[in-house]
Amino acid sequence: MARVVVDVMPKPEILDPQGQAVAGALPRLGFNGVTEVRQGKHFELEVDDSVDDETLAKIAEGFLANPVIEEWTVRRIEQ
Amino acid sequence: MSARIGVITFPGTLDDVDAARAAARSGAEAVPLWHGDADLKGVDAVIVPGGFSYGDYLRCGAIARFAPVMSSVIDAARGGLPVLGICNGFQILCEAGLLPGALVRNDKLHFVCKDQWLRVENNSTTWTTRYEHGAEVLIPLKSGEGGYVADQDTLDRLEGDGRVVFRYVGENPNGSRNDIAGISSADGRIVGLMPHPEHAIDALTGPSDDGLGMFYSAVDALTPLVTPA
Repeated sequence: MARVVVDVMPKPEILDPQGQAVAGALPRLGFNGVTEVRQGKHFELEVDDSVDDETLAKIAEGFLANPVIEEWTVRRIEQ
Repeated sequence: MSARIGVITFPGTLDDVDAARAAARSGAEAVPLWHGDADLKGVDAVIVPGGFSYGDYLRCGAIARFAPVMSSVIDAARGGLPVLGICNGFQILCEAGLLPGALVRNDKLHFVCKDQWLRVENNSTTWTTRYEHGAEVLIPLKSGEGGYVADQDTLDRLEGDGRVVFRYVGENPNGSRNDIAGISSADGRIVGLMPHPEHAIDALTGPSDDGLGMFYSAVDALTPLVTPA
């Protein structure tokens, strides 16, 4: 078994209004100096050893992320 | 025989009944299609209606795109079956790769619910021949993730090939690139739009009956011309 983490982020050129809303709130909360926030998604998958990297890439690119608007990374965390 | 237009119901679909009513009002037979059933029941066209398929989990339309019925719709659409995607249906068609681009969160983060003027930019698609080119129509818009985005090459291609079918008139309600409200496939048989023509088929219950033109257009295309003997 391994834990696999897939992080999905909006592409830099895609407007991220959620991130902007968070960035806009920070100064109101008294936190200054944060110039940009981007909000994405974090998936944690428990997979058995039969799942190879190619399959994980297909899961990430074909389903968890939409490559039109998002970038993704896959990494295995050995347990 | 009247044209048979299938209307898909996913878990979370809201507007299948209105879509079926609009199809019937324009003279078609509305045929219910079930998300878990790959059988298209021999329909002549398909409407993928609005709502929140599978709760819009992951991304709008991302899970619905893999429903058994969509596998059949994708195959049939690539073979020329006319398909109309409305709101969540538009998002599903983009996720399925039948239409380019994607729909993202409205730029001001608010869910928009209003009667929206649209301009008909292309009246040669299967779903828009009943409109005059440049006509302005009043159609309800109700969506939180209605901002159309695509890379610049795709936008240039859509504009250059006349595949922008509807454009928002007046203030852009959701940050869509180029004020795009709806687009079509290269052959004009597949159309997706965020506003809801099926909610504008009768002035009693909608802001206008401007939406009917889309369904009449499809019926025109689907009903074979009968030559009197």
